Amino acid sequence: MEIKDDNISAMCKPAIGEAGRTGDWRDATPVIDQAKCIASIKNRPACYLCWLYCPDGVVITGVPVQIDLEYCKGCGICAEECPAQAIAMVMHEEVKECK
Amino acid sequence: MQVKILTGNQAAAEAVKLCKVQVVSAYPITPSTSLTEYLAEWIERGTLKAEYVRVESEHSVMTVCVSASTVGARVFTSTSSHGLLYMHEQLHWAAGSRLPIVTCVINRGVGAPWSIFNDQQDSIAQRDTGWIQLYCRDNQEIIDTVIQAYRIAETAFCPVMVCYDGFVLSHTMMPVEIPAADKVNVFLPPYKPHTILSQEAPRNINPVIFPSQRRDADGVLRDGYMEFRWKLQNALEGARDVIVDVNREFAAVFGHDHGGMIWDHRIDDAEVCIVGMGSIASEATTAVDVLREEGIRAGVVGIRSYRPFPRAELREALKKAAAIIIFEKNVSYGYEGALCADLKAALYGTGIVAPVHNYIAGLGGRDVKATELADAVRSSLADIAGGVRERQTWLNCVTEG
Repeated sequence: MEIKDDNISAMCKPAIGEAGRTGDWRDATPVIDQAKCIASIKNRPACYLCWLYCPDGVVITGVPVQIDLEYCKGCGICAEECPAQAIAMVMHEEVKECK
Repeated sequence: MQVKILTGNQAAAEAVKLCKVQVVSAYPITPSTSLTEYLAEWIERGTLKAEYVRVESEHSVMTVCVSASTVGARVFTSTSSHGLLYMHEQLHWAAGSRLPIVTCVINRGVGAPWSIFNDQQDSIAQRDTGWIQLYCRDNQEIIDTVIQAYRIAETAFCPVMVCYDGFVLSHTMMPVEIPAADKVNVFLPPYKPHTILSQEAPRNINPVIFPSQRRDADGVLRDGYMEFRWKLQNALEGARDVIVDVNREFAAVFGHDHGGMIWDHRIDDAEVCIVGMGSIASEATTAVDVLREEGIRAGVVGIRSYRPFPRAELREALKKAAAIIIFEKNVSYGYEGALCADLKAALYGTGIVAPVHNYIAGLGGRDVKATELADAVRSSLADIAGGVRERQTWLNCVTEG
């Protein structure tokens, strides 16, 4: 008897979206001011501290820097770490209403 | 076939060597036993090609076993009493991960107060962890059951505890036939894990599982917590057939038949059926022979597999019993012996209405002689003649005043 069952014990494969669309957890969205972002100003790969600190790997390095909002949970670490203060966490309207 | 005079622990160690175990982890201090010492020595000498992982606790022992089994090694450990209790959390992890780990439990009492001596409270306390539990009655059965345990575990993908009574078997010498290594190699092919881990297909083992089924990133429907737990239950229920088949095949190859789920002694015409597991059931066979000489038609049904529980086998074996007398070395505090409770539940709705008397015996190493078991049976028969259908007696225990 040989058991062939991918579900015999719990496991998951590393894949984009394995944990679901975590973007809808967000109550504030990071917005990059490209006029302040160091990579954009220098017009070449530079700084990328937001990418380095992002715990979910949703920062896409490039010029300009982009953030994958499908999966960004809105933790705000990128905004906290940005040396140019180029990232603003914009609170969602429905969250503001609650406050 | 080679015959050696061995203790139960030496018999188990010989079996581990024959099974070509690749990783042994142990916390080699009390309450561990000489079993892990033999393995440590053989691995150090190179006569057993395995890795011996020394850790700081039994909790870590089982963690090492889980890890090594996950990546495809055949693993072994053994422990007793408090060591087993300390392992408790990781026992659940091993079973939930469906890993075919084999652990010898050298049954000993638990504190408080301190005891180093034999009873079965330690393994009974692990009853609901999802491990198969097999109980042995002599040293031949220990060596044979460890070999069978790997076949059972690696077929059903459930971990197996091979339980045997501390000191009564673990430190007592008996002649043991050593199964031939070439035959064991055929009987027990190398272990193939159910999930192969590789760099090409990385996986996260045992992530947080949500209550309900859900689709993964590829759209494949994955089980929720209850589905996994049902599969574990189903695997243990299904392991009955595996245990019976493996015993039958082992008997055909090696000539030793220890029974599948249960074994019996003189039960064909028995009116009085003694039920027990481990060495106390073996002792009861001597009591039965004495009672038979007095004209009492007695027999013994020995539990070999306590989990999965031999529901159908007991119903069949006890269907003609006029009295059922259970001797056991454990108690479910606030109720009765665990075996008694399970056995009575198995008889529910079957039409078997024999009185069931429960003897709690031999706790913390208190000696139990065959003559005392025979006296208990005579006492129970007198009670049953007087209409006493249920009885709980602590054998050889001062319970007055």
